[in-house]
Amino acid sequence: MTLSISVENLSKQYRLGVIGNRTLYEDINRWWARVRGLPDPLEKIGEVDYGNRADGMIWALRDVSFQLKQGEVLGVIGRNGAGKSTLLKILSKVTGPTAGRIKLKGRIASLLEVGTGFHPELTGRENIYLNGAILGMSRDEISRKFDEIISFSEVEKFVDTPVKRYSSGMYVRLAFAVAAHLDPEIMVVDEVLAVGDAAFQRKCLGKLSENAGEGRTVLFVSHNMAAINRLCSRAILLERGRLIDDGSAPEITARYLAGAAEENGIRKWEMEEGPGTGELRLIEIRISDEHGVPRSVFEVSDQIHVNLTYRVHEPGLRFRCGVNFITQGVLAFSSIESTEVPRREAGIYTSVLQVPAHLLTESEYSINVSMFTSAGAKKHFVNLRDGISFQVYDSMTKPSARGDYSQNLAGVVRPMLKWDTAAEKIDI
Amino acid sequence: MSELPQGENWTDIILPQKKWLDWRVKELIRARDLIMLFVWRDFVSVYKQTILGPLWYLIQPILTTLTFTIIFGRIAALPTDQLPDFIFYLAGSVIWAYFAECLNKTSMTFISNSSLFGKVYFPRLAVPVSVLISNLIAFAIQFGLFLIFVLYYWLVVGVVSPNWSVVLLPFYVLMMAGLGLGFGIIVSALTTRYRDLQFLVRFGVQLVMYATPVIYPLSSIPEKYQFLIRANPMTAIVEGFRYSFLGSGTFDPGNLLYSFLFMLITLLVGILLFNRIESTFMDTV
Repeated sequence: MTLSISVENLSKQYRLGVIGNRTLYEDINRWWARVRGLPDPLEKIGEVDYGNRADGMIWALRDVSFQLKQGEVLGVIGRNGAGKSTLLKILSKVTGPTAGRIKLKGRIASLLEVGTGFHPELTGRENIYLNGAILGMSRDEISRKFDEIISFSEVEKFVDTPVKRYSSGMYVRLAFAVAAHLDPEIMVVDEVLAVGDAAFQRKCLGKLSENAGEGRTVLFVSHNMAAINRLCSRAILLERGRLIDDGSAPEITARYLAGAAEENGIRKWEMEEGPGTGELRLIEIRISDEHGVPRSVFEVSDQIHVNLTYRVHEPGLRFRCGVNFITQGVLAFSSIESTEVPRREAGIYTSVLQVPAHLLTESEYSINVSMFTSAGAKKHFVNLRDGISFQVYDSMTKPSARGDYSQNLAGVVRPMLKWDTAAEKIDI
Repeated sequence: MSELPQGENWTDIILPQKKWLDWRVKELIRARDLIMLFVWRDFVSVYKQTILGPLWYLIQPILTTLTFTIIFGRIAALPTDQLPDFIFYLAGSVIWAYFAECLNKTSMTFISNSSLFGKVYFPRLAVPVSVLISNLIAFAIQFGLFLIFVLYYWLVVGVVSPNWSVVLLPFYVLMMAGLGLGFGIIVSALTTRYRDLQFLVRFGVQLVMYATPVIYPLSSIPEKYQFLIRANPMTAIVEGFRYSFLGSGTFDPGNLLYSFLFMLITLLVGILLFNRIESTFMDTV
């Protein structure tokens, strides 16, 4: 077997904090201060929202090395922020590495998002050509595969309709159909299959494994361990940018789930180092069961409590707490306190959000925590992204929203809702 | 990591920093289908959303020319080398529009395509190159309009006199495309760091127009200040264009050569900078 990919000591460093607020004026200001030997006038003081950053830099990948043989299907797993997406981005040449190198053999196609470059005003037919070319196909190649793409996408009737009139399901089907018909030697797939209905997802997974059968090398990122096990022969586990395990897919997924269970579901800060401002500071985030016992793995039938502990420094401060639940790259939902409670005295408070059983789906969730006031000018005291993450799984031993259905139920939440079916008229 | 087994023939190696001279021209040539599809997308999507569609390509220069004619020709009464105001300003605005549009649009390359660039790789230069070509279509339409008026003023009125140098048209266009692309991608590379630049560009291009003999002939500038205007690489092109098609203005091969060299250097700097920024810009946008 020949090698298809060789990743050697790959590292990627990101700058935190100063991204996005660079203007020429600020840079000149910084430079002028440096010239005069003064401290950086624009450095943020007393505002540390990321506990894990050092000097405003973060290693998204650190010394990652692995090799892939031709035809291998590799699952890449890890928690949010472990570096999975960064690895895929570097492989697909969207961004460059800071150190190390990757050697590749053959054409590489990346599917980090379905429908990249789709133009809403153009018809399905026109978008197939455009999207195909963006993904690296030549015009002839697209023409040759056009009928195949159309029939795979199941939107035959609407090829000459602008895609802005498509339902989101049709849009995704068409977009995936184009990508599925690329003929690269190496294919990089991010969690794009989370969208679309279950039947189509199965079809896509089928297409991907068929590709693998043809000797195509595939890298596949997913939070769906079942999909990883079904699709991949081998998996690697990333944690905080480092590759910590490499082995057969069932082995690695088991280790990942076990590791997630050991995590205690608590994130703590020293008294004055938590995210926040002078008025209000977060001390701890704790994900727990209804008795307050911290955990980071839950069953769909468990009730989950999000406990936010914080210190109020300013008496009478009015604000409310809010939590965003993010999964599969989507903001699933947000929940906020119904009123802006004035915390009368300075001191330590805990607010508990109860997430009922059977609301979340089988997935990894990460939460953003905010504490803000919207009385007068809106002001955020705390605005923390990726506060903590936890897993929800379905052991299939208890009643749940899936009933007796054993396959994948798509979506970012999975509430248990009531169905009623009654006979209206019986044909005799 | 271990040394490579013998006989491995890698087709691609991803390194932390691209070499300054690694231009990947072959990749760009292979992306020609993509470039043409971008051109076609820009063209089609624009007219699908408007009622008048491609007619806008004609309305724009006519309105600009009428405005110039009234304000600069009638009210300010600027000299026009003894030409009718209308044809003089039409020549200036048609040729300037191509350069200005090329610069304005290519300078937005990274900002307006960040979501696309963040998800998939293709030779990034395909975007600005496609902009040059789509603008060429607009220019061809506007130039057609200009030619009709030239023929009228030449054959019917008899005040303009096109000459042999009209064969230089492709050369003028090439130089403007090169200058527009060169400056545009320099700005686009810098806007990934300094967002302010995107606001400055449109305004700056407009200001530079007044430093170019678009609304006045070079001959109306006092001799001792002419070198300032001549230092502007667009001057020789605009003057040359008017000389070729209208028979007025100055034709200065030396100055044209200067513009050409200027263009080459700008383009070189632009491509070098663009290539450097290409692989890391996603981290800063």
